[in-house]
Amino acid sequence: MATLFETRKLGLPLMNLIRLEGLPILKQLHLEEELFRTSKDNWCIINDGTDDPTIVMGISGKPAELLDIQPVLHDEIPVIRRFTGGGTVIVDPGTIFATFICNKEAVPGLQPYPRPIMSWSSLIYEQVFQGIGNFRLCENDYAFGDRKFGGNAQSITKRRWIHHTSFLWDYDARNMSYLRLPKRAPEYRMARDHMEFICRLKDYLPRSTFINKTVEALGTHFSLESVVYEADKDPSAIKFMPTTRQLTREELEEALSATDLENCSAQFASL
Amino acid sequence: MALRMWASSTANALKLSSAVSKTHLSPAAIFSLSRCFSSVLEGLKYAKSHEWVKHEGGVATIGITDHAQDHLGEVVFVDLPEPGGKVSQGGSFGAVESVKATSDINSPVSGEIVEVNKQLTETPGLVNSSPYENGWMIKVKPASPSELDNLLGPSEYAKFCEEEDAAH
Repeated sequence: MATLFETRKLGLPLMNLIRLEGLPILKQLHLEEELFRTSKDNWCIINDGTDDPTIVMGISGKPAELLDIQPVLHDEIPVIRRFTGGGTVIVDPGTIFATFICNKEAVPGLQPYPRPIMSWSSLIYEQVFQGIGNFRLCENDYAFGDRKFGGNAQSITKRRWIHHTSFLWDYDARNMSYLRLPKRAPEYRMARDHMEFICRLKDYLPRSTFINKTVEALGTHFSLESVVYEADKDPSAIKFMPTTRQLTREELEEALSATDLENCSAQFASL
Repeated sequence: MALRMWASSTANALKLSSAVSKTHLSPAAIFSLSRCFSSVLEGLKYAKSHEWVKHEGGVATIGITDHAQDHLGEVVFVDLPEPGGKVSQGGSFGAVESVKATSDINSPVSGEIVEVNKQLTETPGLVNSSPYENGWMIKVKPASPSELDNLLGPSEYAKFCEEEDAAH
């Protein structure tokens, strides 16, 4: 009741805040998709790290184009296709996730299109990184200067939008080798390989400081109410079927065979 | 200050174009119109969620408007259903991907999908370059043609877009 009174006093819209630690990324994405599609509330989800290294592609991601499939299969790295757009990332305990799910009216004057939403979210992170690094929204990536440390993606419906970001707190350089240089890359990347293109957030501020400052910045736009997430719901009680899913081994093997066949045909044609 | 940051980066002036007169214009002239303005065609009906519908010969052809494609940015992927499926007025039937975002596409009418534009699989950019012609998305056999009366005419839609852009 006190929270409700404070909300009315401040005139800020309500936002539910879920803080997680180490939740598997597939579970996080399922939670986000369900809240996005079925809830009428505004939500912020922060997941401080996930568990095992996992590759996450956007809705239109093609494994053959984006991944070095052979080592992915050999090392049994899970590959997920998520419900939002955007590119491919490999996430692990060094990744911090921050997600905003909002009703269209939650941010006054904000048009529900990709660029305006990204401009707004960059205002939040400008508050977080004030005086730290040379933070900017660089062709839709979060970067310090020209080095990317956060990739984001979105989904927009008639009444709601979701903007979620994976921040590279730290990363294992070996994991980047599972990813190919994407065909579609921002101009500022200038064909740099992963190591030259990305940077670690841990070189700029402590982990807990980043998370706390993100919550603090969000608190200047919304009245935040903490919600406890109950994992492992009774499967018989689950009614929502998410589209985000892990690709099967067979699908990855099929993609690899198709790639091998293409390469053979190309070699044969060149003879 | 904050509003300026997230307002639409282009102030769109909307011009009405006659679907008939389009055929008399050279492709270059039509394109130069679109560069500065979002075009709204006569002879079509429009939804407030920025889809258009052309009802002709018992079939409704559906796509997204020039205003929508301009705001979305370069479309890189279009997710469409299979023929035979059903759509309902205002309900989502697919999505487009642009600038790292998927955006739902909603059907202006209810009915059965009779054809899907398979060209969009290989060439999703048709949605940007030709939103009212080659970028059409689905064709529907309308269940209730009177639903078209609930939609906006060209002038109403043009005004709606101007007001929407002005409010942001």
